[in-house]
Amino acid sequence: MTLPKRAHPRPLDFAHGRVDLGHGGGGRAMAQLVEELFVAAFDNPALSQRNDQAAFEVPAGRMVMTTDGYVIHPLFFPGGDIGSLAVHGTVNDVAMAGARPLSLSAGFIIEEGFPLADLRRVVESMARASKEAGVPVVTGDTKVVERGKGDGIFITTAGIGMVPPGVEISGERARPGDAILISGTMGDHGVAVMSCREGLEFETDLTSDSAALHTLVAAMVAVAPGIRCLRDPTRGGLSATLNELAAQSKVGMRIHEAAIPVRPEVRGACELLGLDPLHVANEGKLICVCPPEDAATLLTAMRAHPLGGDSALIGHCQADPHHFVQMETALGGQRVVDWLTGEQLPRIC
Amino acid sequence: MKYIDEFRDGGVARKIARAIEAEAAPERAYRLMEFCGGHTHAISRYGLEDLLPPAIRLIHGPGCPVCVLPIGRIDAAIWLAGQPGVTLVTYGDMLRVPGSGRVSLLKAKAAGADIRMVQSTQDALALARKLPDRQVVFFAIGFETTTPPTAVAVKRAQTEGLSNFSVFCNHVLTPPAIAHILGAPEDQAARLDGFIGPAHVSTVIGWRPYQAAAEVYRKPVVIAGFEPLDVLQAVLMLVRQINQGRAEVENEFVRAVTETGNAKAQALVAEVLELRETFEWRGLGSVAHSALRLRPEFADFDAERRWPVPQSDASDNPACECGDILRGLKRPSQCKLFGTTCTPENPMGACMVSAEGACAAHWTYGRFRDHSEASP
Amino acid sequence: MCLALPALVIELLPDDMAKVEVGGVRQKVSLSLVSDVAPGDYVIVHVGYALSKLDPEEAANTLALFDELARPPAEVA
Repeated sequence: MTLPKRAHPRPLDFAHGRVDLGHGGGGRAMAQLVEELFVAAFDNPALSQRNDQAAFEVPAGRMVMTTDGYVIHPLFFPGGDIGSLAVHGTVNDVAMAGARPLSLSAGFIIEEGFPLADLRRVVESMARASKEAGVPVVTGDTKVVERGKGDGIFITTAGIGMVPPGVEISGERARPGDAILISGTMGDHGVAVMSCREGLEFETDLTSDSAALHTLVAAMVAVAPGIRCLRDPTRGGLSATLNELAAQSKVGMRIHEAAIPVRPEVRGACELLGLDPLHVANEGKLICVCPPEDAATLLTAMRAHPLGGDSALIGHCQADPHHFVQMETALGGQRVVDWLTGEQLPRIC
Repeated sequence: MKYIDEFRDGGVARKIARAIEAEAAPERAYRLMEFCGGHTHAISRYGLEDLLPPAIRLIHGPGCPVCVLPIGRIDAAIWLAGQPGVTLVTYGDMLRVPGSGRVSLLKAKAAGADIRMVQSTQDALALARKLPDRQVVFFAIGFETTTPPTAVAVKRAQTEGLSNFSVFCNHVLTPPAIAHILGAPEDQAARLDGFIGPAHVSTVIGWRPYQAAAEVYRKPVVIAGFEPLDVLQAVLMLVRQINQGRAEVENEFVRAVTETGNAKAQALVAEVLELRETFEWRGLGSVAHSALRLRPEFADFDAERRWPVPQSDASDNPACECGDILRGLKRPSQCKLFGTTCTPENPMGACMVSAEGACAAHWTYGRFRDHSEASP
Repeated sequence: MCLALPALVIELLPDDMAKVEVGGVRQKVSLSLVSDVAPGDYVIVHVGYALSKLDPEEAANTLALFDELARPPAEVA
């Protein structure tokens, strides 16, 4: 008996259909979803093999691996969505080791009832981000959970990359005297996402800065292989990341408020809500700690890159047994930039 | 941002600071209390103390409605949130403040209570309209700035017959608190030479209500805006008054504050709310005629009349020095609990529970001053 | 306490509301507590309500006064 030419009796109804438990069941329904959506969108040789794993040759050298989970709400926000964020975030985690990203994996946990139209929108956005970054999604997984047991969709990823020889970038390597650079304006992503959240009604033209930073990192490492630390200030903002690095490296820091670029709309939104831009998330920016003699060269290279136009030198590390991140305010006074307890909440007082 | 950025100019700040330095007599102390948490926050956040000569000592007062709310009232809010059918609606500031047993509204929410954050009483009303089967209780806190919005909401609810809306009222008043501090016996309060008066409270009540305290206690009061230049200028104006032996109310915040304030807002508040005989202030004890409740005509919208809300007497850790800190007798670093048991993550008393409490502000922005080993 | 901001009124809305702007960010606020507000005015906004109008002349006076007050009293006329 010959098998029917068409594998599935009816194509997926992306316009009106919803994800149901069958799509996660490992049977024909799931195969159809994988084929008609994921494989079609990500469209690369490894994935098209339809194995449960991807096999590939690896160059010799030092490999890095990272994993991430994406649970953001709302799923779609100005400048991005959970899909593009997942690609950018994972690529960035690999890049922050100075590594060249090679490939990604993506696991989807989808809630029963999630509209196929939204799923396609997320996956196609992810595929676009992956192609633009030149980092393929080579393997994946799909699960469906009962209605009420998932927040629409969760995405988990892993990413691998190779570190160029001679590059050793890690959070504990900062030393007193090192320069601290940032690649652009602070707080854009957090404010863009907040503007869509219920209960925080404000309008803005601001969009998320979500972006893959690996080509920026490559340009930086090429001119200054002695970079000590790289990290992207995501949740918790600049303040959390600086405090993390200070604690890991056991140094203090002294930065200058006037040197930190912040867009007027971010300032305005933070003023309205009583938030500090230094605590607001970024998804397309990095912090670089480097030997002081490399600062000028690095700044030039960063500013020449499309994602680093507003790069700035914001301060230096210093010896300090308490690992304080101290800031000279715009008025010339001194204050500590602290590590927040939890997420910043809007305040009225 | 217009009318904001100009008042944050570093160059002008240094000019005013130089004038203060020139006019403050170095051999005497100028002990100035900023009543308002917003000023505490501005001073810490901009590091204004570094621009002032050592003769100026800034003391942080109790003008933080989150800080001075007794634990018992937080427990009451949590109790209300646990009542069947209740959706408790609150400003963000209250969510992390722990009541007794370290339970906060945020923790109660995690345990299943229906607690939601709003930015405005308008949102609270909208929620009540949207959820006719829920009892929407608004957790009202704040000084005279925040009270009129509550009054508007109550009146609106009455006009619309929004019977599922009610208010748990904890509004407090500024002039009685200032008088309480100035009137405290000598051993119970720091000697104060002047007051930096609240900015936005004064847009509502005007500057006239401070005159009684200035006259009776012979201390100058300068109403100051919240921007750093406003604060610095107010310090200069106070230094001049003190040097000249004057004790007047002056208004630095002329762009928003008038002598009599916002009559429309005051009338609305007077229509909906009345004075409580007494109210407990965390860290200060009982203060007469310092708080408000809904008038009997609006009893239908008073959560304390709709439910038998428990009145508890929960008190702070005996080692907590907030009382002395709020009165300017001690500094945060002089409290044994500061930075050890008591941090913003685990606040033990009034001064740590809100970002603008004296201890929280010192921890978040200024604790590096307690150590001097940092070097470039 | 009392986080409040000067905001520009850009549009009047029904039901005693207005759209205001701070640094390019727009929000809707209630005008129930003020009177005679028009687009182009600046208002002080707190918890979603305009509390008072900002007086641009007094604001300019204050900035000028910063300059004058920052000179020692002997020099002030």
